[in-house]
Amino acid sequence: MTLDISRDQALDLLRDMIRIRRLEEKSAELYSKQKIRGFLHLYIGEEAVGVGAMHALREDDNIVATYREHGHALIRGIPACEIMAEMYGKANGCSGGRGGSMHLFSAKRRFYGGHAIVGGGLPIAVGLALADKMKGESRVTACFFGDGATDEGEFHESLNLAALWKLPVLFLCENNEYAMGTALYRHVSDRDIANNPPAYGIPADSVNGMDVVAVERAVHNEAELVRETSQPRFLELKTYRFRAHSMYDAELYRSKEEVEEHKKQDPIENFQARAISDGLVTQADIDAIEADAAKEIAEAIEFAEHGEWEPVEDITRHTYARDLS
Amino acid sequence: MTTYRDAVRTALQTLLREDSRVFLMGEDVGRYGGPYAVSKSLLKEFGEERVRDTPLCESTFVGAGIGAAVGGMRPIVEVMTVNFSLLALDQVVNNAAVMRHMSGGQFEVPIAVRMATGGGKQLAAQHSHSLENWYAHIPGIKVLAPATVQDAHDMLLAAVEDPDPVFVFEHQMLYGIEGPLDTEATPPSPWKAAVRRPGTDVSLIAYGGSVHKALTAAEELEKAGMSAEVIDLRSLRPLDRETILQSVSHTHRAVVIDEAWKTGSLASEISAILAEDAFYELDAPVARVCTLEVPIPYAKHLEEAAIPQVDRIVEAAKRTVGDG
Repeated sequence: MTLDISRDQALDLLRDMIRIRRLEEKSAELYSKQKIRGFLHLYIGEEAVGVGAMHALREDDNIVATYREHGHALIRGIPACEIMAEMYGKANGCSGGRGGSMHLFSAKRRFYGGHAIVGGGLPIAVGLALADKMKGESRVTACFFGDGATDEGEFHESLNLAALWKLPVLFLCENNEYAMGTALYRHVSDRDIANNPPAYGIPADSVNGMDVVAVERAVHNEAELVRETSQPRFLELKTYRFRAHSMYDAELYRSKEEVEEHKKQDPIENFQARAISDGLVTQADIDAIEADAAKEIAEAIEFAEHGEWEPVEDITRHTYARDLS
Repeated sequence: MTTYRDAVRTALQTLLREDSRVFLMGEDVGRYGGPYAVSKSLLKEFGEERVRDTPLCESTFVGAGIGAAVGGMRPIVEVMTVNFSLLALDQVVNNAAVMRHMSGGQFEVPIAVRMATGGGKQLAAQHSHSLENWYAHIPGIKVLAPATVQDAHDMLLAAVEDPDPVFVFEHQMLYGIEGPLDTEATPPSPWKAAVRRPGTDVSLIAYGGSVHKALTAAEELEKAGMSAEVIDLRSLRPLDRETILQSVSHTHRAVVIDEAWKTGSLASEISAILAEDAFYELDAPVARVCTLEVPIPYAKHLEEAAIPQVDRIVEAAKRTVGDG
């Protein structure tokens, strides 16, 4: 089956997936060098989800993401240098060094964070959509969360409230088969996650999250339906995390064979192969993309290395609108 | 004269009339008129869009309030009681309180959350506790405890106007009290404590429902020849250290009254402030009158024995002058 997209589209999708992969690989390296500290959750293997979704959404839409959000942030338009500086903890990071890897924010790009309490971002997304509805805005709030979040009460409460109040939320469940180290079949009673939303009157669908074109189309269709109807919808994106949950994870809960099996579905390799065989891109294009990505990341590291540390005297800044003391 | 309940409603009405970004949501705030009848008739005037009955999901409707605030609205969220608010603590602690800081100042959360607190109605151990100190512990939010009819009105206006998340604790025994309400006067800063009764011998430091018990205790102490100053903290975060220290600097004795359990309470915090900054002013150890370390019991005599009462305040005050 051919891809049925233009050369430019193919290049854009491939470029963005490669940008994420290389950023993540470099981040892992910098973590080993202790340049990046704290928790670091890599998106490697799941790039097609973030890229497909971000290409499908409009600039004016709201994004609420999880702690595995470097990819979402990058494709949403937060410059790699600001993401890298944030992971370094520098003042020129996109959250001023106060958030780190798990808490990337950008008001300008309507990127409402990096949330690291599983399920905690869903009510926020519902509230953003409520504000839009009350103000008569036509934007969609796209809310990303993992399969683990579907265990949480806030997931069910948020679906109920969004459906009850007819709020324009697109729930995007990135099902990577593990809630940290607990496999899907060990943490949900019904492994078909898309069975949940219809119980609340929310239409739900699933898509192969390893196929960037399928993701882009599905998210586009769902987002436009949310926009048209001003009602919530739900899309499950079936994906898989190739790397450990975080850098602390010894991966005792899954076999190497299982991971290798999933790597056959590598979203970048597969898409690249299809795009070449369809005559959409050439090896020279890929080489150019790789060179650009390497340059972008080298510049990001440079930016982060040269960033200033926030002065300790300013530690209480941003706790309140005005300092209380 | 106006009731505390009507004063809150008047403030809600003013806010809803004057600012289209303001809306009220919570359990039974609409058709039922509010569990304490605070929002009675508001649905009729403002409609279902702006007076929203929520499902019973504290975490998500408080979270949705936070999201709506980030999204440019000025939500007033009513949580029926502080006891139920524990279900929403994740949203309060992990989102409302941190979003401004964690985003490097890019997002603010101008939400006002109201809830009833305190005991005295024989509602037993799941409807009677005072957990204001849990909230006052958290940097990034502000906490108010209106004790008077005027403050019940003014503090809600201030909470909604404030660019930060503000939590307003309304003691459930106060909804029926009556007092003067002036909606024209410029209100004092909500973040400053008030001297409700001047005195010279001992400072009775209280907030919320306990302020009235402290005032009654002061009257009794006067009969016994003791002049008690009553401080109403009003704001629990930030705490107005200045007013507390000023009072104790001239009375040289302090009794702190707090309907929370003594261990880890705001009374403990105030005692520590006095130990840190007024140690050489004190002529007697600081005394605390708090709720006994027990889940609040149902039976009337047991509930009364558990929470601070006037006689315990009087007794503690007398102890500070070595009398009693």
